Amino acid sequence: MSTIPAPLGQRPRGDKVRGTIFYVLLLISVAVGFIVLFTLIVDVVQKGIGYIDPLFFTEPNNPTNPQEAGAKPAILGTIYLMVLLLMFVVPIGVGTAIYLEEYADRERWYNRLLELNIQNLAAVPSIVYGILGLAFLVRGLGLGRVLLAGALILTLLVLPTVIVASREAIRSVPDSIRQGAYALGATQWQVVRRQVLPAAIPGIATGSILALARAIGETAPLLLVGALTYVTVDPSLLGSFTALPVQIYQWIARPQEEFRYLAAAGIMVLLAILLTMNAFAIWLRNRYQRRW
Amino acid sequence: MPDMESAPAAPATIAGLDEKILTERREAVSRTRRDVLFDVDGLTVSYADVPALKNVSLEIYKNFVTAFIGPSGCGKSTFIRCFNRMNDLIPTASVEGKILYHGTDLYGHEVDSVEVRKRIGMVFQKPNPFPKSIYDNVAFGPRILGWKKELDDRVERALRNAALWDEVKNRLKSSAYGLSGGQQQRLCIARCLAVEPDVLLMDEPASALDPISTTAIEDLMHTLKRDYTIVIVTHNMQQAARVADMTAFFSVEVDEEQDRRTGILVEYDETPTIFTNPGDKRTEDYVTGRFG
Repeated sequence: MSTIPAPLGQRPRGDKVRGTIFYVLLLISVAVGFIVLFTLIVDVVQKGIGYIDPLFFTEPNNPTNPQEAGAKPAILGTIYLMVLLLMFVVPIGVGTAIYLEEYADRERWYNRLLELNIQNLAAVPSIVYGILGLAFLVRGLGLGRVLLAGALILTLLVLPTVIVASREAIRSVPDSIRQGAYALGATQWQVVRRQVLPAAIPGIATGSILALARAIGETAPLLLVGALTYVTVDPSLLGSFTALPVQIYQWIARPQEEFRYLAAAGIMVLLAILLTMNAFAIWLRNRYQRRW
Repeated sequence: MPDMESAPAAPATIAGLDEKILTERREAVSRTRRDVLFDVDGLTVSYADVPALKNVSLEIYKNFVTAFIGPSGCGKSTFIRCFNRMNDLIPTASVEGKILYHGTDLYGHEVDSVEVRKRIGMVFQKPNPFPKSIYDNVAFGPRILGWKKELDDRVERALRNAALWDEVKNRLKSSAYGLSGGQQQRLCIARCLAVEPDVLLMDEPASALDPISTTAIEDLMHTLKRDYTIVIVTHNMQQAARVADMTAFFSVEVDEEQDRRTGILVEYDETPTIFTNPGDKRTEDYVTGRFG
């Protein structure tokens, strides 16, 4: 009664060809990105490796002699910016995220407006933040062209990213955990402080580090709030400053060939910092990844 | 009140239910003194002004196991969540009527929901351990209450009372997620016991568990009712017959015109009566499996 199934054999030829073509196209797309990036890195390393020496880390920029020029103020400036940025952006970003996820009543129009604005802010070009910084921080508040102004403007720049990442992390904490804690007589603050935040910290940390990595590569807003390129003294909170991307930008603009190699060395250092931060973020994520 | 139909000639009972169990139950209930712990009077719960449960009145006795049974959507879970004011966490939920607990209205103006939940613990349908160690799960309640003294003893006692101590005593510091489903549910019970509540609410505590774990939880309920009052929601009628002294049967009232389904209390009596000699036709149909 039952029909005998057709014997197993080859797949129809057309199917096979289509599959192969698609696979090759995928490989090409991967190759394009990979080869371009690889070429860039090889090029940078070839040019810059000769200039990575102790002088590069201990000397300030020298506009007349590239052989003796270093990037100490720029590297220090970048590190100071990162530390300040973290200090500003994490409390404000996480606080906003907690408010929006745990406390805000979505029915209220001002909370919805707030959410809409944060999403839009994440898409504003960084140069616009730079103009805001110049008008509001440097001139309006009379802060001047100082490190603090640079850190504040970078904070504004990455704040939306940190808020969005933190909200994502807080939202991924299952509601059953909140309910369990409430059922034991915990107050809302205790639930947030002892259950939701600890469970969300890996996500928050990963998001913050990636935002930070974006911020330290930014040049445009720093140029506008007055990162200088001929800084020979170490940076201070209310003093003039420079940062690696700004220094790189300035070196590249110089006519002498040697300054280009110096710029390549700067790019290598910046890349090393970025890769370390991204690696740390990935490690954090894997280390604390939870299954619920 | 539901219309009372005459009791059926032959005692109706659910298939496979041992008469011996019911006899034991009957004797146990008649021996125990009845002290009213909760006096529910005209309770109506609505979500966004649509009533989910209408006009429920019943008394729950101290050191009894009281079961709520009924078809899906009859409001039994909504009802049990009124006893520790978990419904407060749903913004659109509103509760009318009274639940007197030791003579105080749980929904009175001066009563804080956090204080209510400290005395009336809850175990949920799906085990929801915190993403922490076994020890920290049990210690969470005492810690938020500020009971720091002799925490180890308290944790041990709670785990022993939840019949889990022997299985976990050598791995208190390991993650609660390493436990089996049944062990996790007993951990959640231990977590409640650690804050020394008066009442344990259990919302289908065994529905996500295998038969052996279910038996363990049921045995536990028999032991725990010496010290606690237990209220349980269950889908499983055999389970209600095995563990409960009193049983309340809820049903759904369908309003075709407005397309609304509202839960109502049909009958509340001693468990053996509900299962062998129910006073209402709807109860009989449900317990004999004729419910449509």
